[in-house]
Amino acid sequence: MSIAYKPDETFRDDFVYSNSDAAILRFPFPFIEDEYMYSVNIEPHVRGGETGAFDAVFDVDEHYIAECRERAMVLEQDPNRCMVLPHMMTAQWDTLELIMESLAEDYPEDFTLEKDGDAWTWTNRPLGIKDSFVFGDVDSLPLEPFEYITRQAQGDFTLQDQRENNLFMDGGMVTTQADWSLEFDLGMSFHEWHGPVPVAHEINVFDRALQYLLRLQYGHPVRRLNWTMTVNPRLDTSPENYPIWGPDRMTLTPENIGGKLHLRVELQTLFRLPRSNAILFGIRCYLASLDELTSVPKWGRRLHRVLRDLHPEIAEYKGTTRYREMAVEYLSQFDDGEPTSSGIGPDVESL
Amino acid sequence: MIRHDPLMLRVSRIESLSPTLRRIILKSANGEPLPVAGPGAHLSLTLASPKKVYRNSYSVVSFSGDHYELIVRRVEDSRGGSAFVHENLKEGDLLPSTVPLNLFPIQVGSRKRLLIGGGIGVTPLLSFAKVLQESGDRFEMHQFVREDEKEVFENLVQGVGSKNIHIHTRRPKDGEIQALLEEQPLGTSIYMCGPDGLMAAVDEAAEALGWPENHVHREVFGAAGGKPFKAKLAKSGCELEVGENQSLLEAIEEAGVPINSLCRGGACGECMTSLLEGDPEHRDHFLNKEEKESGKLIMPCVSRAKSAQLVLDI
Repeated sequence: MSIAYKPDETFRDDFVYSNSDAAILRFPFPFIEDEYMYSVNIEPHVRGGETGAFDAVFDVDEHYIAECRERAMVLEQDPNRCMVLPHMMTAQWDTLELIMESLAEDYPEDFTLEKDGDAWTWTNRPLGIKDSFVFGDVDSLPLEPFEYITRQAQGDFTLQDQRENNLFMDGGMVTTQADWSLEFDLGMSFHEWHGPVPVAHEINVFDRALQYLLRLQYGHPVRRLNWTMTVNPRLDTSPENYPIWGPDRMTLTPENIGGKLHLRVELQTLFRLPRSNAILFGIRCYLASLDELTSVPKWGRRLHRVLRDLHPEIAEYKGTTRYREMAVEYLSQFDDGEPTSSGIGPDVESL
Repeated sequence: MIRHDPLMLRVSRIESLSPTLRRIILKSANGEPLPVAGPGAHLSLTLASPKKVYRNSYSVVSFSGDHYELIVRRVEDSRGGSAFVHENLKEGDLLPSTVPLNLFPIQVGSRKRLLIGGGIGVTPLLSFAKVLQESGDRFEMHQFVREDEKEVFENLVQGVGSKNIHIHTRRPKDGEIQALLEEQPLGTSIYMCGPDGLMAAVDEAAEALGWPENHVHREVFGAAGGKPFKAKLAKSGCELEVGENQSLLEAIEEAGVPINSLCRGGACGECMTSLLEGDPEHRDHFLNKEEKESGKLIMPCVSRAKSAQLVLDI
């Protein structure tokens, strides 16, 4: 089935953004139970899951065209949102191959990859792109391979080099981030870039996650969900632009919070790349307002309980302190105290 | 790319290089493109002889898009897998394999790479030498072989087209490895593959000269399996045989006994199970030292048994 794109959506200024009923039902709701705590919640990234967001290797949805335009705007204002260290060129080509092959396989109506040896032709119909190039020859593409292909994908990407039993963030395309900066983190090791996260260090989450990722195998990608909350459907909540989006938090009222406050979910995927032995980390961002989410009764009940009982340090780290009480109060009307089923599925087929 | 093992390969060509060395060319059995094998990657092949099923790992010497090249040495006291490849494997045969797994990659950031090989240990080093020669990175390779195999190995390395490859038709002399390491520039990394004695000599020399540990790399094959053992599930009353190429978790699942799991790699803690009896071989990163020593918990996705039997509380 072809995707009904909404090319006129915006993620800044006038915020023309909404989720169709189908998009709500396929949302990767992140809470498997009525309470939330950090864990190494990594599972094999196979096609298929509890909602439609897990059906493809790289999920493309109705916001695709608008998100790619938003990315181009961010890059025009701040080209350093895409940086790759020179030793990662092989990983750049690995990334291009992985994303092109996956999109062409999962969405044959929208993307085509034709290969004749190293002579490749890439067609991206939603964005109106058709380019022929030589795989491995940087000069045959209009941009370096990593930037070229990640401009045509939803979500952020980072490249991790593996050496000295550690992972180093040696590249990335980061324009839809939850308040972290690639320019700041570039070159850092795994524990360095996770330094700011509270609580998780005490329960050794990062030691275990690193050991697991060092053994990540080609062909066997893994995924996890992470979440935070964002006022307005704004993709670019970067530290660089904090003066623009920080004040948004002051604009919430009990009247507008249902439409203005969004759950921000990251479908994070990790792929071992075959030639470079680097790891590609995909951070695919989904936004849905409280009103959209509470149209699914199970999610309304659960979101209320999770936010109400959230560990104070985690609540602060996720930047929710200023409005959490208001959100919990608003969500309480959707929680009738009924039990919820385990897992993230919506339990309804239509809205 | 998401792949589900096994990868089905077909033996496209077999070439005898010497009485004990065979080159095997493997192609896709179903015409689907082959997953990429980077330098240092290996395949674990399932070799079904009439007597027994072997699972042997072989380094990929080269990958060209439509085929993998392996070189297999017939080992005197092998478990039988290499004998099977030499005696029974024919062109056209179907071989199930894992997706290429790389536990011996070339790491960035070295000023120079010193490749040291012994005998059939040449196979991953050949894949390195080709890539390093092409990229223009500085390297030097020393390969120790038997006198009667000089020509075979010279032919093997000839394809790389490098003057930095040296074939020695003898074992290294006392002090020779240390002298080789001593003359390397600062920032050199070692990549080695060969008999245990050779690799131990390199380790010893590197340590004596104060080389950083993370500048010394060796070939490792995945250790997914191990010795078979028995598992008794106390609550469900099942007795299982855990095969050498199977995890305890897989055996429990096969028996239809419900068990949680998530990462299947010893990190998330989901499949943690109480252990009532037996001596576990812990391979996970979840349990801490005290928990491992207590012998009361096990992560069946990766861990196995040192004793003949484990009794689990499920």
